[in-house]
Amino acid sequence: MQNNELDLANNPEAKEYTTLNLGPTHPATHGIFQNILTMDGEIIVNAEQTVGYIHRAFEKIAEHRPYYQVTPLTDRLNYCSSPINNMGWHMTVEKLLGVQTPKRVDYLRVIIMELARIADHLVCNSVVGVDIGALTGFTYVFQLRERIYDIFESVCGARLTTNIGRIGGLERDFSNETVKLIKEFLVEFPKVFGEFSNLLERNRIFIDRTVGAGPISAERALNYGFTGPNLRATGVDYDVRVMNPYCSYQDFDFTIPIGKQGDTFDRFMVRQQEMLESLKIIKQAFENLPEGKHFAEVPEFFLPPKEEVYNNMEALIWHFKIVMGEADVPKGEVYHSVEGGNGELGFYLVSDGSRSAYRLHFRRPCFIYYQAYPEMIKGSTISDAIVAMSSMNVIAGELDA
Amino acid sequence: MADINNGYLLQQLQGRFEADIISADEPYGMLTIEFNKNKIVELLSYLYDHNQLQMQFLTDVCGIHYPDNAGKELGVIYHLHSLQNNLRLRIKCFMPNDAPEIDTVSSVFASANWQERETFDFYGIHFTGHPDLRRILNVDEMDYFPLRKEYPLEDQTRTDKDDTYFGR
Repeated sequence: MQNNELDLANNPEAKEYTTLNLGPTHPATHGIFQNILTMDGEIIVNAEQTVGYIHRAFEKIAEHRPYYQVTPLTDRLNYCSSPINNMGWHMTVEKLLGVQTPKRVDYLRVIIMELARIADHLVCNSVVGVDIGALTGFTYVFQLRERIYDIFESVCGARLTTNIGRIGGLERDFSNETVKLIKEFLVEFPKVFGEFSNLLERNRIFIDRTVGAGPISAERALNYGFTGPNLRATGVDYDVRVMNPYCSYQDFDFTIPIGKQGDTFDRFMVRQQEMLESLKIIKQAFENLPEGKHFAEVPEFFLPPKEEVYNNMEALIWHFKIVMGEADVPKGEVYHSVEGGNGELGFYLVSDGSRSAYRLHFRRPCFIYYQAYPEMIKGSTISDAIVAMSSMNVIAGELDA
Repeated sequence: MADINNGYLLQQLQGRFEADIISADEPYGMLTIEFNKNKIVELLSYLYDHNQLQMQFLTDVCGIHYPDNAGKELGVIYHLHSLQNNLRLRIKCFMPNDAPEIDTVSSVFASANWQERETFDFYGIHFTGHPDLRRILNVDEMDYFPLRKEYPLEDQTRTDKDDTYFGR
């Protein structure tokens, strides 16, 4: 076995270790990950990870598709918060094209992205509860996630893999139904969230199980390329929304919650606080929603409304050109990152001026930080390893691209 | 103290690695340099330890393939980030198709480990000194490097699909 650093004081040959396969399909790993654990009794001595079980060659596919057809691929990265991925991709292309989106687009996007972040964190945090035996919170907050999916559905027609928005804006403005759903959500969320917090945050059993489980220091976390809530739990306040504001995030007043010890409990608490911050952002965006169009003037990328396509020659031409992938794209290379559900989601796009990307690389946060997992669980028990993994929010779709 | 921006960064790099910087550019506001691949570890360590630049975060490592650039077909692209100064740097190192080798930077950044494995997996670039250079996302038995441009997206002999108009 590689990387087997046995720092035992006594002779390692004198011990017999047990090899345990955790995964690939284990109910407690929430996705297809394999960990081959070397166990000394109940203590994990080493872990060897195998990833790639659901690799779908997105980067290769993206080199052969027009830009707008890449959006559905990004859905399937971190599928717990697909709208963030979709919009991150749209903003990358807009950056390449030099498109300035109207304020209204930014605000509408912020509302949807923050709703997606809440959905993402709700899943992650409630699953941390499930893995230590608190199933109630999970079933309860999933009703809220359902509300969020209803909002997505009323905006774009889809729930999980949303394919929401287009290059240049959103496919349609918020309808009255959407506004009503968001208002209901804003009232309902704090109540349900409060009960969920009461259930776990000060729960003695929960604290005993999570404090000190799977810790990592700030220094190691940075060296391992941690981003997102996992990095902030170690005490580093790096948030892409604040450091490199995109999509008018500079307009909103919110704080970056940080932890201290980088253990499971801190990761859980950072996510809890972030949900409240997201709620603050949604309220601000919703109250100060600017008037204007829900798309930028990029007719070569933004599909015209269907009724115009039938009745207007110009719209028909644009529609045809977009669908056939005839639009001109400037040559160049651009890196754009957004704060995804679990960290800095980056898109490195190299364009050679043709209809599809010459090279598109996704900086997938959990692919990068998951490699620290063996280091985090060495010396702990399996039950700690399980809860540490679910608190890291490793999403198989994003890990394997 | 001088402003820490792209100009300062480039000036520092030219002061130290004058001969190794092949070209420098600034597309979309990010300083991009093409660098001598033999000195990549030295460069990254220098940037890591520089007491003003403090480029201590490796955002991304990925490969790229330009089949028409003779002698520089394969490339590795590093994105560095200085969280203290909020300054990013993109470094490109190119190498020929028949000797795709570059030193590993996993001794400087632990996060490079899997990202280099991924680059090896898809482009066949060998990272000298890497602790565990195996395929990561593709199956171990695979005998080619799928993101190289010579490999088509799907089997071109398929007859059950006719997508002539969509350019596949």
